Amino acid sequence: MAEEIRVAAAGEGSSGGERPSGGDRPSGPDRSDRGERRPPRPGGPGGGREGGRKYFRRKKVCKFCVEKIEAINYKDVRLLAQFVAESGKIVPRRLTGVCTPHQRRLSSAIKQARNIALLPFAGRAS
Amino acid sequence: MNRSYELMFIVRPDMVEEEQDKLISTLETAVTSSGGKVKSVEKMGKRRLAYMVRRFHDGIYLLLTVEGGGGLIHELERRLRVTEPVIKFITVRIDEEQKRLDKIKAIRDARRKTPPAPPAEAGGETAAVTA
Repeated sequence: MAEEIRVAAAGEGSSGGERPSGGDRPSGPDRSDRGERRPPRPGGPGGGREGGRKYFRRKKVCKFCVEKIEAINYKDVRLLAQFVAESGKIVPRRLTGVCTPHQRRLSSAIKQARNIALLPFAGRAS
Repeated sequence: MNRSYELMFIVRPDMVEEEQDKLISTLETAVTSSGGKVKSVEKMGKRRLAYMVRRFHDGIYLLLTVEGGGGLIHELERRLRVTEPVIKFITVRIDEEQKRLDKIKAIRDARRKTPPAPPAEAGGETAAVTA
């Protein structure tokens, strides 16, 4: 129990101090075996474990799976607006955590809503 | 042909109530004359448009749910296109999506009925662990 807490604390400290991508990258282009044996990607969930650096990120979950929303309708502007950026763009899955099947439905619903002027194509609604 | 469609269209914001009703009734007669059925008509009221359409910033949204074949939709869309106060419209087929939703709902209901047993066991287990 005590050990776990200590490790977690250490992980927090290291993640704050140095950016994971900064350490390995400079040596990259010089290596002859480029493309193979890449260091684990810093961004991936749980990727911090193998790299020796420990930092914790809350696992993102699909809103539609969790709240059991199955009907993604183009008329439901308040729901769709949560997945549209300020600029009017559809927010990518890697940022929102929506699962693939739901993202597919979501994006088509957003596009339909855009077509009938419920959501903007670009920019804030004015 | 029992397909159902949703026609959402926007009319100009200065269109009065009677004219909207007249437009809707002409569309309804068009639907019934070509063998379709009007399921519901909904006036969603005036809304701000997300972008400018034909120099309008606002519009009155109307929603028509119909049942019928593709020919009917073709005719309705043609009518909407030539009707001057209609500034935008969209047709969405809804029966397949509805079928999918019903299926999911049925599965969920079935699942909810069957397993009322496990929680008691799980509770006992956690109690043992904490003790």
